[in-house]
Amino acid sequence: MQALTNRAQAVNRKPMTIMEKLYLPSIAKGMGITFSHIFKKQPTIQYPEEKRPFSPVFRGLHVLNRDEEGRERCTACGLCAVACPAEAITMEAAERLPGEENLYREEKYAARYEINMLRCIFCGLCEEACPKDAIYLSETFAPANFARKGFIYGKDDLLIPDPTKDPAGFAAAKGEGQ
Amino acid sequence: MSEQQLFKVTIDNITIEVPAGTTILNAARQIGGEVAPPAMCYYSKLAGSGGKCRTCLVEVSKGSEKDPRPMPKLVASCRTTVMDGMEVKNITSEKVVDARAGVVEFLLLNHPLDCPICDQAGECHLQDLSYEHGKEGTRYEFQRRTFKKHDIGPYIQLHMTRCILCYRCVFTADQLTSKREHGVLDRGDHAEIATFIEKSLDNEFIGNVIDVCPVGALTDKTFRFKNRVWFLKPVEAHRDCPTCSGKVTLWNRGDEVYRVTARKDQWGEVEEWICNTCRFEKKQTSDWVIEGPRLVDRHSVISQGHYAGSVGMHKPAETFAAVNDGRSPKLMMDIHDVSKVNRNEITLSLINGPAHSTNFNSTKD
Repeated sequence: MQALTNRAQAVNRKPMTIMEKLYLPSIAKGMGITFSHIFKKQPTIQYPEEKRPFSPVFRGLHVLNRDEEGRERCTACGLCAVACPAEAITMEAAERLPGEENLYREEKYAARYEINMLRCIFCGLCEEACPKDAIYLSETFAPANFARKGFIYGKDDLLIPDPTKDPAGFAAAKGEGQ
Repeated sequence: MSEQQLFKVTIDNITIEVPAGTTILNAARQIGGEVAPPAMCYYSKLAGSGGKCRTCLVEVSKGSEKDPRPMPKLVASCRTTVMDGMEVKNITSEKVVDARAGVVEFLLLNHPLDCPICDQAGECHLQDLSYEHGKEGTRYEFQRRTFKKHDIGPYIQLHMTRCILCYRCVFTADQLTSKREHGVLDRGDHAEIATFIEKSLDNEFIGNVIDVCPVGALTDKTFRFKNRVWFLKPVEAHRDCPTCSGKVTLWNRGDEVYRVTARKDQWGEVEEWICNTCRFEKKQTSDWVIEGPRLVDRHSVISQGHYAGSVGMHKPAETFAAVNDGRSPKLMMDIHDVSKVNRNEITLSLINGPAHSTNFNSTKD
């Protein structure tokens, strides 16, 4: 049969030579390659102690942002939820009462805000849809958990620390690249 | 003169015969689709409306058969009647598209861009219009006009800053009721509809000003901040109402009735006026006879995430048991046990007015 390409090679069916039948030289050759790797640079890192740098475009765990005065930016407009392809985001809105101006930036805010991390695919569309710069994907992973219910993140898990009360926590949550 | 004198008019190269006295806008609406100019102030069910917003500007390239000169300027199509042999350019005219973009920018000049907060977002004509013309951003750098806040009762929320002064609500209050108690005060930048609206609040049909408002200036206070329109299911329903036709659209979430509005046609106009009792007080599914899902235009954000035309009552069929010898799937977690959203203790739809932190904090998390 004519070959379709000129790269085809016929299978070599010649009987093995004595050197090949002995096997031991081939084993020694293979071991040589294996041992030579001891002296090469190791690509493995010891994860919890050592960490690789994140790419500046890394999309990790979400944070709900606050403004400089520590007020929540989210107004529960629902654009993140409607943009979410995995339908992981749910929320309930409420009206700001007089006296709550130091807590919420706008007259409407998210009383409940939940992200189901089991559904989330970390695509970052919520971040892109947000008109108020309220949701960001940080440079951290969602930590492991023994129970599924630990992956339903409410507002207490997502909100960034208040920059006026906890500036160190705020900076740490924002990450270095932000 | 014959009883029905027909005029031949060509709009965007489509010829149609309409009775004499028809406006260009209505002739274009008979053709339908993209040819119909947008209208922010004209309302076919309100006499005297139109001519305020200038978004329906069209170019008349040939006046009529007898006088074929083009009209010197763009004309408001809602106020200009057709002539025999008239040729009109709407979207085929560069001038019109350009002028309309300018008009939209002027309308947005004093309009606060607070769509994330506004309850009208998703069904707002001004929002549609500005996105259609690429004017969703703003070049305006100055203080926008502000007004003193008016509280106009438990049912209607007035945001005067969002108003574009289309006068639709003024005509509604004027024409649905016997006496005029509702007008526009002051001029120019200071013009506002607020002052007399308190006096017509006892009217049985005053709730319709919410539906006629093309922007979020007049919104339903019983629905305020409860949910976004695109998360709700529009369902057609009716009830035996002694005062109105009782034909409405319910905006449901699950079985909760979040909002009741009149049914709107393809031009965003109310088909039949509904009374305040239907609109504000019947927030139980048991009050209504459900007819079926309302068809939503597939370009609307309301139909986002739904199959074409099936926003509403369609529940997907469970196939798991059918293909697994009748076994039901093993649930590892019921989201309703864990999630704090949509708790049974908090029935948002039955709270009068917007929910507050007190509503959410009174129950155990």
